[in-house]
Amino acid sequence: MLHVTGIRKRFGQTIALDGASLDVSPGEVVAVVGPSGSGKSTLLHCAAGILRPDGGEVAFDGRRIDALGEGDRSRLRRTSFGFVFQFGQLVPELTAAENIALPMMLGGARRRAALAEARRWLALLDRREVAGKRPGDLSGGEGQRVAVARALVHRPRLVFADEPTGSLDSLSGEHVMDILVRLAGDDGAGVVIVTHDPRVAAYAQRDVTVRDGRVVTPVAA
Amino acid sequence: MSVPHTVLGLLRTGPRHGYDLKKAYDTRFAHARPLRYGQIYATLARLQRDGLVILDAEEPGQGPDRKRYVITEDGATELERWLHETEEPEPYLHSTLFAKVVLALLLGEDARATLDAQRARHMARMRELTELKRTGDTVDQLLSDHALFHLEADLRWIELTAARIDRLRTAVTADAG
Ligand SMILES: Nc1ncnc2c1ncn2[C@@H]1O[C@H](COP(=O)(O)OP(=O)(O)OP(=O)(O)O)[C@@H](O)[C@H]1O
Ligand SMILES: [Mg+2]
Repeated sequence: MLHVTGIRKRFGQTIALDGASLDVSPGEVVAVVGPSGSGKSTLLHCAAGILRPDGGEVAFDGRRIDALGEGDRSRLRRTSFGFVFQFGQLVPELTAAENIALPMMLGGARRRAALAEARRWLALLDRREVAGKRPGDLSGGEGQRVAVARALVHRPRLVFADEPTGSLDSLSGEHVMDILVRLAGDDGAGVVIVTHDPRVAAYAQRDVTVRDGRVVTPVAA
Repeated sequence: MSVPHTVLGLLRTGPRHGYDLKKAYDTRFAHARPLRYGQIYATLARLQRDGLVILDAEEPGQGPDRKRYVITEDGATELERWLHETEEPEPYLHSTLFAKVVLALLLGEDARATLDAQRARHMARMRELTELKRTGDTVDQLLSDHALFHLEADLRWIELTAARIDRLRTAVTADAG
């Protein structure tokens, strides 16, 4: 479903990616681990069409997305991908439920239906009561859950998560992971999770290590 | 895990045959390791010698498997003592793996590969336990979590050691010289 092959990316003098490759199949959960600064987030951003790599290929469903213009990539991200990032990208003026409903409404869903679906997701994440609160009034963990709901509500084909459990206590973190894994299982979505936490990585079917801008081949156990 | 105390604990819930005890032990604590029959009878014999269990008078024996064991008052006291005692915090894996890493460095072998392989094996086990936790009941979850936290501690040590491998090599080879 997703094929990332030998991508390179530099920021000024810094070589962030130096020939990194990654494949994700439908229904597969892949954890990306590795030291700080090794290029994990950059890999995720390139794979998701947020950043354009300087070289190499990124193909989604057989289509080269690294070659697409910003407009096409942005549409693809909105319709087919879901994102959970380290720092929540919630819209401060909207309530939690509206934030979650936003991707569906952008996709053409009616406001009422989208809000109902948003509430269903909040219930699934054990935070029904925050529906009417604005992001500034949410705790870190609540904000994170709202971000997770917003990433999943439009049933994306691929979910990209960068430290999705970073601000959660272990029980909430496990709950979020359980939901991500179930989504992959039920919808056949591919999930890519960048994490420093081995317990989070253990929810994935496999993990790949990024070191010095490359994905190092896993050793057989 | 202390097998005798675990057996005492199981007997505290009521008299049981050796066979029952093995089954109960394996169902609840097989995360540790299933018991052999020889082990359970040897354990019961020792507990009996120490006066911590006795044979059930109500059910006369017809061969070894028909014996039913009952916990004594001393047995209950010993169980209570054990239950309230904390365990020695022991760094179990580290000593073995550390020895392997140091030896690999001394012998000029790929210590990083040793650590990577062990890491992969730890992750594989953590995945199994996570799956068991996701699909199992509350007791499975509790046992899996306990094992997971320990594996995680080892894993973090493995990763840290891998990150410091060059410094460690310098130190180890300097000592050797
Ligand atoms: N926008 C940017 N401008 C300049 N340098 C960048 C930029 N983004 C990343 N880098 C550099 O690229 C390298 C890889 O960064 P990246 O964020 O991918 O690492 P990471 O593996 O995600 O680290 P962490 O675990 O700390 O999040 C680092 O040296 C970083 O400083
Ligand atoms: Mg990062």
